[in-house]
Amino acid sequence: MWVGRRLRRVEDPSLLRGEGRFVADVARGCGAIRFVRSPFARGRILSIEAPEEATVITADDLAEIPPVKPMLHRDDFIPVEQPILAKEQVTYAGQPIAAVIAPTFEEAEDLAEMVFVDIEPLDPVVDLDHALDETAPLVHPHVPANTVIDASLTTPGFDAAFHGAAYHVEIDVRSRRENATPLEARGSHAAFDPRENRVTLTASTQGPHMLRTALADLLGIPESELRVIAPDVGGAFGQKYSLAMEDVVTVWAARRFRRDVAWIEDRRENFASFHSRDQRYIVTGAFDESGKLRAMRADVRCNVGAYSCYPVTCGVEPLMAMAELPGPYDFRNYAVRSRAVASNACPIAPYRGVSRPVITLTLERLMDKAAARMGIDPVEIRRRNLVREFPYTSVTGLVYDQGSYVESLDRSVQLVDLERFRADQRAAWEQGRYIGIGFSTFSERTGYGTSAFAARKMDITLGYETIDLAMDPSGSVEVRVGASPHGQGLRTSLSQLVADELGIDPKDVRIVHGDTDRTPYGWGTFASRSMVVSGGATKLGATELRRRLADIASETLEAAVDDLQFHEGKVLVRGTDVGVPIRDLARLAYHRSDKLPPGEEPGLRVKATYDPAGTFSNACHVALVEVDLETGAVAVQRFVVVEDAGVLVNPMIADGQVHGGVAQGIASALYEELVYDSDGNLLTTSLMDYLPPTIAEVPLIEIDHLVSESDATITGAKGLGEGGTIGAPAAILNAITNALSPLGIEVNETPATPERIQKLIRQAQGAL
Amino acid sequence: MKPPRFEYRAPSDVEEVVGILTEVGDEGKVLAGGQSLVPSMNFRLARPGLLVDINGVKALDYIQRSGDRILIGTLTRHSCLENAAAVPGPLGRLLATAAHHVGHMPIRVRGTFGGSVAHADPAAEWCMVSVLLDAEIIAVGSRGRRTIPAEDFFRTVFTTALEPYELLSEVILPVLPDSARFGFVEFSRRAGDFAIVASSVVIDVGSNGIINPRVALAGVGGTPVRARSAEAVLAGSAPSAELFRAAADAAAGDVEPMGDIHGSSEYRRHLVRVLTRRALERAASEA
Amino acid sequence: MKTPVKLRVNGQAHEIFVEPRKTLADALRDDCGLTGTHLGCEHGVCGACTVLLDGDPVRACLMFAIQCQDMEIRTVEGLADGEELHPMQRAFWEKHGLQCGFCTPGFLMLAVGALERKPDMDEEELKEMLSSNLCRCTGYQNILAAVRAAQAEMQ
Repeated sequence: MWVGRRLRRVEDPSLLRGEGRFVADVARGCGAIRFVRSPFARGRILSIEAPEEATVITADDLAEIPPVKPMLHRDDFIPVEQPILAKEQVTYAGQPIAAVIAPTFEEAEDLAEMVFVDIEPLDPVVDLDHALDETAPLVHPHVPANTVIDASLTTPGFDAAFHGAAYHVEIDVRSRRENATPLEARGSHAAFDPRENRVTLTASTQGPHMLRTALADLLGIPESELRVIAPDVGGAFGQKYSLAMEDVVTVWAARRFRRDVAWIEDRRENFASFHSRDQRYIVTGAFDESGKLRAMRADVRCNVGAYSCYPVTCGVEPLMAMAELPGPYDFRNYAVRSRAVASNACPIAPYRGVSRPVITLTLERLMDKAAARMGIDPVEIRRRNLVREFPYTSVTGLVYDQGSYVESLDRSVQLVDLERFRADQRAAWEQGRYIGIGFSTFSERTGYGTSAFAARKMDITLGYETIDLAMDPSGSVEVRVGASPHGQGLRTSLSQLVADELGIDPKDVRIVHGDTDRTPYGWGTFASRSMVVSGGATKLGATELRRRLADIASETLEAAVDDLQFHEGKVLVRGTDVGVPIRDLARLAYHRSDKLPPGEEPGLRVKATYDPAGTFSNACHVALVEVDLETGAVAVQRFVVVEDAGVLVNPMIADGQVHGGVAQGIASALYEELVYDSDGNLLTTSLMDYLPPTIAEVPLIEIDHLVSESDATITGAKGLGEGGTIGAPAAILNAITNALSPLGIEVNETPATPERIQKLIRQAQGAL
Repeated sequence: MKPPRFEYRAPSDVEEVVGILTEVGDEGKVLAGGQSLVPSMNFRLARPGLLVDINGVKALDYIQRSGDRILIGTLTRHSCLENAAAVPGPLGRLLATAAHHVGHMPIRVRGTFGGSVAHADPAAEWCMVSVLLDAEIIAVGSRGRRTIPAEDFFRTVFTTALEPYELLSEVILPVLPDSARFGFVEFSRRAGDFAIVASSVVIDVGSNGIINPRVALAGVGGTPVRARSAEAVLAGSAPSAELFRAAADAAAGDVEPMGDIHGSSEYRRHLVRVLTRRALERAASEA
Repeated sequence: MKTPVKLRVNGQAHEIFVEPRKTLADALRDDCGLTGTHLGCEHGVCGACTVLLDGDPVRACLMFAIQCQDMEIRTVEGLADGEELHPMQRAFWEKHGLQCGFCTPGFLMLAVGALERKPDMDEEELKEMLSSNLCRCTGYQNILAAVRAAQAEMQ
């Protein structure tokens, strides 16, 4: 068996040797594109002046390109159009207004500085609460109250259940703005081939097919005139799934000037590329005497910035929040209003976890607060409310497959030795030290298929994945996938799946991705989906190939198909040493089609598509922290994860995803925040202002796995790419609140910076 | 983020450096370790027309003792001072502790003492240490050499008393008596970052209480400052938890910090109180 | 104005012709064709561009190529001995110390440079040293494990 092994990654040797191929490595010696960006959050463009003879592109040059119009087919949605380059007005600071092309990136930057854009500034609105204020300016005149989506849902009988409850616990949670901050910023290189009248775009993207469709639609060209390659991609975390306006200009310029051009985003630009989070959830839980949640009322507000991201739209945050806020808890009465609020801030796009880190933070803070209010242990209140029977249909109609919600909680209590910690904590408090523990139990919905995406009513229904799988005459296998990994090691783990199915070595399996010329149409890699969906398709394809090989072998070996066994590169007749090397069967399939069984096609090519309904992974995170009462600083001393993502194809890779996810969750919880001033200027434009944690801030992460057997996916794998980021902020804020419980402080805002915590401490001490 | 165009000269002695600086005036900028200058050039915030690279002026790279003074050549890399034995006595330990707080290892092997002082970041370790110890800063220009007391040297954020035609050639620090004790405490949110607030103290406890107390703070305004009222509280009193608290309160009263995204004025003042008390406690417990 | 500059990289001489403003990182990538040195921030914080300059790890985005004449520069491309990976590269592979691989060359050069200077760094020193660079994928745990494993082998 190869599945379940901690196999070293096939991706690594080239990356380790410095032989990776990232977009900037391709973009050498071509025309360098640089964008002129708005210095104002809101204003009217009066004029654009550029040096004569310079190549400058403005909205006027792109008159034939329609604006981007991400669509949701819902009555509660107001579409907003985004011009590729700002036209007549600017709507956020950093918005591209013009592009210049020069022989080198240095000169392009020189030239961009010489383009003078005269803008009459107007009062912007950047803050979420301000944008909802009646007196706030309207970001788009046709969007009343700056509310792009105003969705709501109330279950029948909600009022009675809510008002009849014994306890009402309210929580008001705020997440500040963040940036996904892949170490490699975005960028694209467009090579023009005059012979074929075709552009090859090498772009740092998570979804090359989606990007090709978007670009071809906007440019009004057949998709065949464009090839999109995702080379090595230096991290993405969601930021590189949404369409970059800059990519449109890059392809347009390559076609217009019939030359190779590139745009390589710098770090400062990346800080105003796409943002994330910036949400407020006001939630009231109605509990009965026993601590059981009976009803929940929620008001969700998401500041989505100036425009809607393509293709998933700004609806992704509030609509996910509406559907998934109930989380892993069983209750039947729910009333929610969920809004997407426009502002003159940078557009929001999905970032690892999308709204679930804030969903989980809200629910888990609510549980702890309710437990404290009712005098129940935080672990116990979770036990009383977690879903236990599967399949479970949630109050919003989501079906949870087999999971281990209670078990993961119990296991983590054991791992951290909760009783001992409580004793240590009492002793610490007596000495004036503030240590705390925080739990976060959550579900992670992954493998969203067509049915899940269709429910969102986007113009484009994402979901399925297709693979092309072929064994060549030499017996080696190539799998071409529509997924587009960028650090997840998917080539390695898919090869493990194929190897098991065909009884061959993973070394004999090559996975091809990230090239619209070589791979079947697919949606790319995001939303913890690739192992579930692409893995499923790969398994289906490998099973079909095995069937074909077995048919041929059955003829060759004169044995029944059911008696055949695939093992170490051979097909054997079970219980004998009679067999045939698979490569001989491959040779035969291509070169001796005269010997093939009747009806069997020559060659060994199969195609497979997988489209699951979706599945739920689950986990429990526990954070142990110490708070420095004087400075407000938080040190994470221990972090435990009990994760259930079903079958782990490559546990080493799975653990790596948890490590990195938790690190980003810690970053959300404690460190990272994009700050605007009231004029809409972004103040955090360097890595000295915006603070991704270093190794010194990230503790050792202890992981334990549970494996629920679920038939929701054909591989048994459930997906876990986002879980770390989803669970960690709640665990940490609960731990801080627990540490500070002698002072009666609640921490409900991320990032919980030392200054914010210290301010709460001083308020509690009566010093403020 | 590519820097604007500039001309480049790499003289090999001080005279030549000064000659070039005099010749080009405001357009010129000295390039030492470049760990602050080059980022600001890459952001196009600094736009010197001419860089005068002094890395080839080996005569500016030294740590020497002259009587009761330590002379630090401007080109001395931060990493050279990380070794406490580079400078004798408590001063060596203080400098090693401070050096260790400067950025990260790759920054420390490249960045220079004089470059950091001349850059005058109000949160920088060497600027605070210079003010703490009443350093004498030596500037060399075409009109000769002059000595500038540290407290007069730092004018405001990134602004010093150096003239465009002058090179900061040396910083002179007093050797501390063996009985002196120091405390050096920084608060930053992430390892290796500039301090939001830093506090440094030197005390010497004699039979009549603390003598020559020094308290300096960084991250509290446009320049590092001496907390004179805190020093007054400490002078002549016996060390105690209460005394340190009183001195820390006085230090907080000595500053009027500027707020920014890293910390409000109020929070910085609060940190001054906490860190100064901790620095004093550390000094008192230093073996 | 462009100037001829002689760089010595991984034991090989490169005669390049660049403006003084060309950073060492850009010169390595554009003019020497060594694209293993990556640019993550261009302001000296992320460390992706770390190379060894006369044995010391430095940020190649904070130096100009023209400053580096006559110095011995080592980049990630010079780590392996032909087919044979450097112990640090091998350890990163075995311990899953990389995911997207963009920060990896910087971490490799940082760790190799630091351990060549001081082979017996303890756990705290290793973490302090590694806190110089940013990784967005791994959470650092496996990077530390890899560096520890390589340290044992390098000694």
